[in-house]
Amino acid sequence: MSVFVWIETFAGDALPSSWEALGAAQTIADGLNTDTTALVFGENSDEIADDAGRFGAQRVIVCADDRLQDHRLESYTALLSQLVEERAPSAVIAAATNRARELLASAAADSESGLISDVIDLRVEDGFIIGTRPAYAGKVLMEMTANTATSFVTVRGRAFPAPTPAADSAPEIEAVGADAIPSELGVRVDEFVPETGQVNLTDAAIIVSGGRGMANNPCAAPADMSGNEANIWKAKHGFANTLRPLAEALGAAIGASRAAVDAGYIAYEHQVGQTGKVVNPDLYIACGISGAIQHQAGMRGSKIIVAINKDAEAPIFKLSRYGIVGDLYEVVPALREALEEKLG
Amino acid sequence: MTHVLTFTRSTPDTAAKVWVDDEGAVTWGEVATVVNPWDEYSLEETIVQAAHGGGESTVVAIGSALHNDALKHSLAMGIKNALRLEEAGADCNDSLVWSALAAGAIRKLGDVDLIIFGKESVDVGTDQHSYQLARRLGWTMLGYVSRIIDADFAAGKIQAERMLEQGKQTVTAALPAVISVMKGINEPRYPNFLGIRKAAKAQIPVWSAADIEVELPKAATTALRFMNPPARAVSTEIIAGADVKEKAVTLVERLFEEKVL
Repeated sequence: MSVFVWIETFAGDALPSSWEALGAAQTIADGLNTDTTALVFGENSDEIADDAGRFGAQRVIVCADDRLQDHRLESYTALLSQLVEERAPSAVIAAATNRARELLASAAADSESGLISDVIDLRVEDGFIIGTRPAYAGKVLMEMTANTATSFVTVRGRAFPAPTPAADSAPEIEAVGADAIPSELGVRVDEFVPETGQVNLTDAAIIVSGGRGMANNPCAAPADMSGNEANIWKAKHGFANTLRPLAEALGAAIGASRAAVDAGYIAYEHQVGQTGKVVNPDLYIACGISGAIQHQAGMRGSKIIVAINKDAEAPIFKLSRYGIVGDLYEVVPALREALEEKLG
Repeated sequence: MTHVLTFTRSTPDTAAKVWVDDEGAVTWGEVATVVNPWDEYSLEETIVQAAHGGGESTVVAIGSALHNDALKHSLAMGIKNALRLEEAGADCNDSLVWSALAAGAIRKLGDVDLIIFGKESVDVGTDQHSYQLARRLGWTMLGYVSRIIDADFAAGKIQAERMLEQGKQTVTAALPAVISVMKGINEPRYPNFLGIRKAAKAQIPVWSAADIEVELPKAATTALRFMNPPARAVSTEIIAGADVKEKAVTLVERLFEEKVL
């Protein structure tokens, strides 16, 4: 039976991590001597179906319905569970985003199937899909398999390469109805405020991160501020005016340590580490981060780590390929200038 | 009366070293466990929402007596009731077995309006339990809640803000519902002295699958083996140079050589 891949879409575009999931699915399909079926639900599904073909899907199932528009879990689960019941796929695979975690866990419960989440490696052995996934925030790895007819798998972003798209392709496209979706949904969407202009941490190839050291900004806080309030102001000012320009020059996302988030220097969305996001970019630049074990757990999968810290003894240096011992407020602007000179 | 319920578990401290021993078992040595750090937010929110609804709060753990520590911490914070479910031979690491037991307990209690989960557990690192429980109960699920705008228990509805990767979504749903909450939704309180003393004396009831009339499903997953991650073979080069500018130029050169720029 085919390997299903949910191609997650937003505002009519496929998420790039979905193509990584399609690549991972192809490996599984090859191991099981079957093919891949991309599932494209919602807006602009016809165009995305063609893209899925170019990225290697042999078949595509599309479903367009108004009730899929605002990403309510209930409609997607109903649709996916019906397809799983009717077609008994060998596996259902998706990139481990928030929406995919919800969707695959829900559909796996509906069909009493095993779910292996957040895998960084996949293989087939004697017809079983075996996933390697981090546990204890990456301090330990575990190998896991599902004992059920269908295995559900979410794959960690950037753990699998996206296939190179073909110039053109002609996948077998099938449109299915949305009868499975209840006419009355339990959740009403009142408002959606998009997050604009920021690179998503988990998709980012480069991350520039700031820690407690961000408060050592030489730029003076307003005169009426003192103590903690002044530190927060200085750190926020540093994230916006020192780190962000470097991140923008690099096309990087902004990360932060728990210490910086807990101190109120930056919003939680940016936290990297055990109680934040686990990331694995090509390049991770840690600025003013000492490198507590909780932080390491979130970023140790990065390909190249660079540490900038005043304290030559900071544990982050042991994990880093390159280090500069110095004040981040001097080093980061110099780095941006050097980069701009190099790029002309 | 309003009844808000939450689940918790004991996990090794996030600062603890965790490794796989010679027998292939996961260990964290002698280090004491803590309440799962993500659950501090769900425990706080449970206390707040139960008070808001003028009702009861309950915390449940599924698994061995290891989890009593997390339950006692929850009581010390101010949760009213604690309960542990333990079934010999049940593979509670499997989320479908776990959610079958959890659903059984909720049905047995019969009066729960709102279930609040922390986003995930720092040990197994999955956030699938909440969704699977909601599915088993047939309740509405709201994941990644960053703010409860209003839980109106009398009218039976909840309005909340959810944090998606692409932005913030405000939703309204009917109760009963299952939600999972993010860090930042509140400032978890520290247990006070009186709370700790009261919790220390609490007798925590333990229910088995038979007590809640649940027939357990077979585990759908098997953990085959645990491994220590490969050591990061890294030799650190501290960039040398006469001044910051020279060091920055050298670092940029190195990063181009590494092909990460």
